[in-house]
Amino acid sequence: MSDTRAETAFIRTEMLAPELPPVTERGIIKWLRENLFAGWLNSALTIVSLLVVFLLLKSALPWWLNGVWNATSLGECRTIAGPEGGACWAVIKARWHQYIFGFYPQDAYWRPILAFALMFVALAPVLYYGLRNGAKLIGTVAVLTVLSLALLDHDVTHVVLIAVLMAVLFAVSWIAPKRLVYVTLLYPFVAFWLLWGGSVWKPVATLLGFGVMVLVYRLIQPRLGVIMGTAIGFLAACFYWLFVQGIITGALGSLPPGLAGVNSDQFGGFLLAFVIGVTAITCSLPIGILLALGRRSDMVLIKTLSVGFIEFIRGVPLITMLFTASLLLQYFLPPQTNFDLILRVVILVTLFAAAYIAEVIRGGLAALPRGQYEAADALGLDYWQAQRLIIMPQALKISIPGIVSTFIGLFKDTTLVSFVGLLDPLRGVTQIVRADINWKGIYWEPYIFVGVIFFLICFGMSRYSMYLEQKLKTDHR
Amino acid sequence: MKKSVFLGVVAATAMTAGFASASTLDDVKARGELLCGSNTGLTGFGAPDANGNWVGFDVSLCRAVAAAVLGDPAKVKFVPTTGETRFTALASGEVDLLVRNSTWTFSRDNDLKLDFVAVNYYDGQGFMVKKDLGVSSAKELDGATVCIQTGTTTELNLADFFKFNNISYTPVTVQDDSEAQRQYLAGACDAYTTDASGLAASRATMADPENHIILPEIISKEPLGPVVRHGDNQWGDIVRWTYFALLIAEEKGITKANIEEVAASSTDPEVRRLLGVEGDSGVMMGLDNNWAKNAIAANGNYGEIFEANIGASTPIGLARGLNALWTQGGLQYAPPLR
Repeated sequence: MSDTRAETAFIRTEMLAPELPPVTERGIIKWLRENLFAGWLNSALTIVSLLVVFLLLKSALPWWLNGVWNATSLGECRTIAGPEGGACWAVIKARWHQYIFGFYPQDAYWRPILAFALMFVALAPVLYYGLRNGAKLIGTVAVLTVLSLALLDHDVTHVVLIAVLMAVLFAVSWIAPKRLVYVTLLYPFVAFWLLWGGSVWKPVATLLGFGVMVLVYRLIQPRLGVIMGTAIGFLAACFYWLFVQGIITGALGSLPPGLAGVNSDQFGGFLLAFVIGVTAITCSLPIGILLALGRRSDMVLIKTLSVGFIEFIRGVPLITMLFTASLLLQYFLPPQTNFDLILRVVILVTLFAAAYIAEVIRGGLAALPRGQYEAADALGLDYWQAQRLIIMPQALKISIPGIVSTFIGLFKDTTLVSFVGLLDPLRGVTQIVRADINWKGIYWEPYIFVGVIFFLICFGMSRYSMYLEQKLKTDHR
Repeated sequence: MKKSVFLGVVAATAMTAGFASASTLDDVKARGELLCGSNTGLTGFGAPDANGNWVGFDVSLCRAVAAAVLGDPAKVKFVPTTGETRFTALASGEVDLLVRNSTWTFSRDNDLKLDFVAVNYYDGQGFMVKKDLGVSSAKELDGATVCIQTGTTTELNLADFFKFNNISYTPVTVQDDSEAQRQYLAGACDAYTTDASGLAASRATMADPENHIILPEIISKEPLGPVVRHGDNQWGDIVRWTYFALLIAEEKGITKANIEEVAASSTDPEVRRLLGVEGDSGVMMGLDNNWAKNAIAANGNYGEIFEANIGASTPIGLARGLNALWTQGGLQYAPPLR
């Protein structure tokens, strides 16, 4: 008996290989069943959606696939594309430089490109303070800059010099990332000089004004405090700008080095959008912070002024501000004053954005528990120290999504300047391109081109804000 | 309406406050550059080309004025103005002269305190329809949907026309010319109305121009011309007579090519006065005696400018029509230069 049992007994000596789950419970089929065909309602919706997508693709895809890149006019595009029709991307190929640079002189394209590249160098310490990420960013930008210059600029010395400059900046950012803050501080003057040209001494003389301000502040602050120091420093700088700078620029203005001057009316396209957008973004943040603090201040005058400013600006549409900039201001200025239209627009757009930023930051301030303020007081910090060390870092962190969406909105709003006759990429340049009899009647292609670029920029800003939120997240880990 | 009242008030304020400088001519000479208010881009009339050089029918007049005043057609800066900003830009002194296909109307002349000094193009509002609609006259458009740009005089003219003829229509309002064309081609409206010159340009660039017709009715008068500020008569005269010089040149057969030869050989007293060979017409206006010669040499005479930018040989292909010289049955007539 025991023998037979021993013969028939089966003892598994090894584990069975695991079976795959049933075919309906795994892989793509499971995913489809769970996500697309769970129940008859979901199935019906899926089928309808697929149908819609199919119909959309069916009508749009030939237009995209049949695009024409080489033609000299819309009529030629139509002939090449044949009866089924197709996108006429040739217009982008022929006029892309106007969408990017407006009427900036073609032999000086290296200047806005360099200014654009340096913008990232200047941003790197702000975006990634003390991190090697900044160096990666600068490295990428440097390679792209040199490549685009090699394609666009035929002057080899420019390309080589800029390549060397970018390499030096990359090395600095790799070895001592924090040193790049000096580039950030100098950037506005460098960019101004690169874009508008003229003698280098003009921005240098303007820069000296800030030197005066810092010097006076250093002298006065220990004796009279932060506010008096700032105020007197500012007044001294204003005095310098109004009365002394003219003499300096007058004396040095004709001396080299200088770049060929470029008039504001030659700016256009994305160059204009960036000049307005970036300036307004950088200037509106500090102004907005001050306004938010002013609105929460106990001092009646400051509080009233801040509230009045914010509510007035927020109550008026941006278009009204732009019309004010372009039409009304001219009446209040002395005749024959040539107050640059771009400058006027930048100032008003900055004020507009500052009012919104102020409210976003006030939201961040309101979200801070009272204990934080009390803790700052208990430590014996004065008002500005408390703001700088305790309140603002937390309030700004909370406000990041709001601030970035205000910036994105501001950047897209730069297209509204077409209403005052400036060449914004969306409408201004497109109108000029369409005024050419060769391209009259073109409709979607310019919009798609400009829209894609806007999307890339705004998407980039939004991804960066998500990264920043992750990096600064200190709670609930 | 409100907007124009507002702009009018602003313009009037500027005038009474005396912000506009005393003499535009002195300003232009001192600056060495003419500031010419132009379109933000209108096919054939004024737009920058691929290299940023402004070209067009209106642009050529600006260049002629610059040549007359400063002796160089290149010494002009074009300031793009929109339909909203154009008159304020002129009134506030941002531009010296506005040549931007602006219609001469009573209220613009009187209420806005501007002066229309000439008519360089007689336009009128027309209709374009698809051929298969089977319509041959605008009066048959009863019940039609019409694409129309908002905020223009054409919108008011359209309402007047349909009301007068006791027929009905449904307006489809659009923002600009390209959108109107897109809507019209997509079938959102039966007819598309704007200035006849604009219709011709649109039709010329369509994929199938033979399937679209421009109806014979012209329902409004649109005299387009250069505008200057009210009150500076000397400057107004300079612009007006620069324009007339171009007309006289066409009448006398003076072209860009033969101008030197004519100046040297002509015995016609008016031609000799025009080209500064005798008399001192320029001095009377505060200009050089070569003013008209320079103006004509800039882009040629009126007929040459017309042909080069919008005439029959261009894709726009406008006929001279009302804009022919008076000697050929048109309305373009210059007073005698003496």
